[in-house]
Amino acid sequence: MGRSMSTFDDPFDADRALTRSGCACGQHRSTAEHDQSARTWRCEPVAGVSEEKRYEGIVASAVMRAVFPQDIARRAFLKSVGAATALAALSEFFPLKTATEAFADAGTPEKKDLKVGFIPITCATPIIMAAPLGFYAKQGLNVEVVKTAGWAVIRDKTINKEYDAAHMLAPMPIAISLGLGANAIPFTVPAIENINGQGITLAIKHKDKRDPKDWKGMKFAIPFDYSMHNYLLRYYLAEHGLDPDTDVQLRSVPPPEMVANLRADNIDGFLAPDNICQRAIYDGVGFLHILSKEIWDGHPCCSFAASREFITTAPNSFAALTRAIVDATGYASKAENRKQIAEAIAPANYINAPVTVLEQVLTGTYADGLGGVKTDPKRVDFDPFPWQSFAVWMLTQMKRWGQIKGDVDYHAVAEQVYLATDTKKVMAEMGLAPPAASYKSFSVMGKNFDPAKPDDYLASFKIRKSS
Amino acid sequence: MTLSLRLRAAIVSIALLAAFLGAWHLATRSTGATANMTPEYAKLMGLTATQGKSAMPGPLDVGAKLWEHLKRPFYDNGPNDKGLGIQLAYSIGRVGLGYLIAVIVAIPLGFMIGMSPLISRALDPFIQVLKPISPLAWMPLALYTIKDSSISAIFVIFICSVWPMLLNTAFGVAGVRKEWINVARTLEVGTVRRAFTVILPAAAPTILTGMRISIGIAWLVIVAAEMLVGGTGIGYFVWNEWNNLSITNVIIAILLIGLVGMLLDQVLARFTRMVTFPE
Repeated sequence: MGRSMSTFDDPFDADRALTRSGCACGQHRSTAEHDQSARTWRCEPVAGVSEEKRYEGIVASAVMRAVFPQDIARRAFLKSVGAATALAALSEFFPLKTATEAFADAGTPEKKDLKVGFIPITCATPIIMAAPLGFYAKQGLNVEVVKTAGWAVIRDKTINKEYDAAHMLAPMPIAISLGLGANAIPFTVPAIENINGQGITLAIKHKDKRDPKDWKGMKFAIPFDYSMHNYLLRYYLAEHGLDPDTDVQLRSVPPPEMVANLRADNIDGFLAPDNICQRAIYDGVGFLHILSKEIWDGHPCCSFAASREFITTAPNSFAALTRAIVDATGYASKAENRKQIAEAIAPANYINAPVTVLEQVLTGTYADGLGGVKTDPKRVDFDPFPWQSFAVWMLTQMKRWGQIKGDVDYHAVAEQVYLATDTKKVMAEMGLAPPAASYKSFSVMGKNFDPAKPDDYLASFKIRKSS
Repeated sequence: MTLSLRLRAAIVSIALLAAFLGAWHLATRSTGATANMTPEYAKLMGLTATQGKSAMPGPLDVGAKLWEHLKRPFYDNGPNDKGLGIQLAYSIGRVGLGYLIAVIVAIPLGFMIGMSPLISRALDPFIQVLKPISPLAWMPLALYTIKDSSISAIFVIFICSVWPMLLNTAFGVAGVRKEWINVARTLEVGTVRRAFTVILPAAAPTILTGMRISIGIAWLVIVAAEMLVGGTGIGYFVWNEWNNLSITNVIIAILLIGLVGMLLDQVLARFTRMVTFPE
């Protein structure tokens, strides 16, 4: 927990203010306390229970707000009579049920049968699990999740409208919108899939070469040019004084072939999704050098993307999809659900990998390939909020490595592609507490990134492609 | 006691197979538990790492897995996981469609080229350039322009299987013995009738040989095309199992691809024998 999206507005909690931002205990409540409190109004986003309850919560919250415009009065009232009595009293003179139904009916989807493409990696967990665990169905959608051969194919199939929406690497919708490597088509990101959850894996024979300074001349694989993997690996190498364009070789390789290539000694290592890293370890051909969160804790990786056109032609379907993904992401962010998710997405129809491998990725208790067992529950995490500062950072790296030439309006692009404002609205409607801002600063390998000054940030790097 | 040649050949075939399977089995035996691992670490690792199991499956693994597939060839676990029977049916369907279109285009066009030396010379450079292009090279172009992956796959089968048929038809038609055509001419047989009653039967063996080469190519292409566009078909199955590094399933798919390819070839071979005539 600990992320804003997993907190819920509980109008019958006397200890909590009703305003969405800056409540006394909403964001930092301990798990123990969380579990103690009345489950009914806590609205665990568990398949089946949550939806109506949560909507009921939002409606009740609105009613409470109307009845007690002053927060202090509401709290005093709740303290004296208790939440259950207050709810009963409220239901007496206000038809909460009807109001809730009216609210939950957020407009019927224009298109119910949707196709969503995905690449079989753990980054796509929310998109995939939403099918077997019923998150799409709950929104009245019949979604077919279709496994796709590679990033270029998923891009083309989404552009060709074979897919209504798709799992894409977080920089891809930006690249497509800017027309990098394809015709410029406006694409959007309503939700980030996962944060963290990647790793640098090296061949076993390099187990004594843990200092990147010794990596000159090595060959590394990345999944795609427009990927966080590419930018993170380049960043990591450059921070250690290696120029990723001249000192090492970077190759775009489809993930399954990474493990095979590592075994065949064609590459020395890769920065890839954790299930690929773990697979290399599982098969005894590689070891985990570092997790990507050691480069940037909380970095985005993959996104849920749709074309602008889909939003205009089927706004309700799009909203329902976004709700399903946000919901699934919230569910996936909870450590206690991770084992169940690993089992749900392991079969051949979805990721098609040994359950142990996925479990090690999702639960964060994993073999490191060198004989040790490590634990890091945040190895991969899920947080749907599409921070526009993420997009700005990616744009700085695209410029840094020569993918974008000339000037770019960082903030305009970020705001067009990363739909923070719309997602905030959806999250608020769902009774979640989205962050107030759309930009935040963060630090990558100890270096602070200020989204307000992208050009200064870019200029501060010594190693970059000369343009 | 002399055995018939056929029987002796069968014995040699079986001996070769047994030797191959035996060598394969020996080569992929596990080397026994490796290195010292703590139990909780070993639990997180695969058999390759813990038991020294070869990354290459042995014939017994493949056999067991094959039996599993054969027991339920038509299961359907959703859009990304279907039984081998269903996958093969999808592939054969695609090949059938692309091949049929190729036949419809290649044979009339081949006739024209064969009957007219002018067209033959004029089209020759184009055919020579287009013929050797790999299916995978066509794929991005097809996806980009056709904007539909399943039609793209069919287009690629068409474009790759059309050339042998076209060339063979043209060659067969051009090579019909002059005497026969002259006889037909003397008997005042019309052009259309001449094409169907004299040239077609005379060129049929060559045309069918072209068709036989083409079906082989179409079957080669489908696997590559399906690996790329995904979704359904035996090519997708190979890719999906490759994703899971399941070499066992990849070997099974290879075996089935070979068997189906052989069957398709045999069907065309039978047709060829039907139209062959002694001269």
